[in-house]
Amino acid sequence: MLESALHALTAAYGPSGRESRIREAISSLAEPLCETLQTDPLGNLIAFRPGKSGKRLMLAAHMDQIGLMVTDVQEDGFLRVAAVGGLKPAIAIARRVVFENGAPGTVYYETKTKGPGEAEMEDLFIDVGAKDKAEAESIARIGDVAVFYSPLQIENGLATGGALDNRLGCAVLLEALAGPCEHDLYAVFTAQEEVGTRGAGPAAYGILPDLCVALDVTPAGDTPKAAPSAIALGKGPALKVLDNSVVVSAHVRLLLEERAEAAGVAIQYEVLTTGGTDTGAIARTAGGVTAGCISLPCRYIHSPVETVALADAQGAVQWIRSVMEARL
Amino acid sequence: MLERLKTLCALPGVSGHEGPVRAYLKKELAPLGLKTVVDPLGSLHVRRPGPGPRILLAAHMDEVGMVVSGIREDGTLAYSGAGLDARVLVGKRVRIGTGAPMAFGSFGTSASQGSIPGVIGCKAIHLQKEEEFKRTFPHEELYLDIGAKDKKEAAQAVRIGDPVWFDVEPMELGGLLCAKALDDCIGCAILLELLQEDYGCDLWAAFTVQEELGLRGAMATAHRAEPALALVLEGTTANDLPELSPPKAVTRVGGGAALTVMDARTLALPEMVAALIKTAQRHAIPYQLRQGTKGGTDGGAIHQACCGCPVGGVSVPCRYIHSPNSLASPADIRAAYELARAFLRDQMWNEVIRHA
Repeated sequence: MLESALHALTAAYGPSGRESRIREAISSLAEPLCETLQTDPLGNLIAFRPGKSGKRLMLAAHMDQIGLMVTDVQEDGFLRVAAVGGLKPAIAIARRVVFENGAPGTVYYETKTKGPGEAEMEDLFIDVGAKDKAEAESIARIGDVAVFYSPLQIENGLATGGALDNRLGCAVLLEALAGPCEHDLYAVFTAQEEVGTRGAGPAAYGILPDLCVALDVTPAGDTPKAAPSAIALGKGPALKVLDNSVVVSAHVRLLLEERAEAAGVAIQYEVLTTGGTDTGAIARTAGGVTAGCISLPCRYIHSPVETVALADAQGAVQWIRSVMEARL
Repeated sequence: MLERLKTLCALPGVSGHEGPVRAYLKKELAPLGLKTVVDPLGSLHVRRPGPGPRILLAAHMDEVGMVVSGIREDGTLAYSGAGLDARVLVGKRVRIGTGAPMAFGSFGTSASQGSIPGVIGCKAIHLQKEEEFKRTFPHEELYLDIGAKDKKEAAQAVRIGDPVWFDVEPMELGGLLCAKALDDCIGCAILLELLQEDYGCDLWAAFTVQEELGLRGAMATAHRAEPALALVLEGTTANDLPELSPPKAVTRVGGGAALTVMDARTLALPEMVAALIKTAQRHAIPYQLRQGTKGGTDGGAIHQACCGCPVGGVSVPCRYIHSPNSLASPADIRAAYELARAFLRDQMWNEVIRHA
């Protein structure tokens, strides 16, 4: 179930601000598991199911992915681009991409004076095979966004592909939804996280939950000379201690720790100093929201070969279900 | 509209010191008989209630400028600026506001009265070492000269915190308008004009403060208005110089109203951009898509306030923006006005607002 959801969700198109297709894909999976499905003004998808406790639990996972926005269609038919979210030029070069209409393209760079390591975003272009501007514009226009074309592969319990950040979190959330919940449950698939956690705050403002738990990937440090991180693949989902956007309140950490123990899920601890998540935006909205985060270890984040361990995701499902049954 | 724009551009409106601009707008709005409110940060709100959804129109009153940050022994003044390139400052005439301190809660109406002239000084070319000649003098090495002979004399004329604004009158330059503060007096002038009509929506117009310091007024404004949709009226970058490739130009002067697709603070929803394009095409209004992805407008704060709302950006290209002399095309200004008006008249919000 988790695997099939992951296949469906990673195949769906959905860069920041252009989430309608991924929203449809999630909706069709969430529909049997909730009472109402709503899309809010910024495009967050909110699945709701009432509970008995009188408390509101919000679970959030962002559904958008990074991409490349067309900023110019040249006379020669090549497309100039800008990054939507944290996409580095060197990672984008020589990748296959796909537009919302299914049109494929290849990303390359001006080779005359620079190597791929020095190229900046303004040196990059997408080749859609058009012979001139008119033909290119029949394929993509200014404002259209391309995403990595990178079908999911699952081997030896590891899944590799594009958009696992954060379709993995979405798949975990959907899987967890099948379990019972004591509380009014708001499963929120947020928009525009990758461009600065823009959708989550407004969604939480409308819900004002008693507790929110966000789900997102976090960089693993278990590869050769990786940027420092204590997180490793396969050692369980991680309890967020802090990131650039939030320090999770001690009582939330304790609650989540206790729920992991109750569910028998081995966990890791995440201290992330190089990025923010929806958790921070949610915590700061309205008069403040009690918010924590369960992080899913992931290698090579913001590339077409993001890699995760399915066992960590299964652990996260059990953990979240345990939170759904907790007293708030 | 152009005459009002020229008047607005001549007024001082440094971020946090928007009083003169606000006073002028209030005076111009008075004949409409609409209720106006000034919020605690200083933004001016005007409402034209109606049966339709709440539509917020926003333009910011503030312009880039400086404040006096110190008085030196020799009578020159240190300043602190935001959004200003030090390279455009040297040798420019400025005015320094010295209006009497304002009572709490009574927002200033005439900081322009009692302002004194000054020039932005720097070490003369003859005295500069070769290394100095080749580099740009940073703000800290520039100063304001008001002709005072010493600290004591300067202290009688100015106070730390006084706003400093460029002393330039608007002028026509060929077919273009040249002025300071086109960003965002253009938006204010368009918004004034838009307020003359009733569109059947619950119209909420906001002339915001402190946009240039980080969209500060708009954040409070959006929480106050809780709109279902917002349009932000702006002056935006035009780098339409021959040596720059198209995307780096961002917009072109004379190319029509510029629509925001993405900037550093917003991603326009596709429905929003589509509705604006449809409106422009239907009414044969010239438009262009803003090709840059940097910079931000009040829309960045507005779209994330409360439960969020779709925001459209309609801008007028300004060459040499954030300098004492920006250039804009009256035809583009008219196009931006007509596009916003047609969007409202055609009730295009119906094609954008999501009905859950």
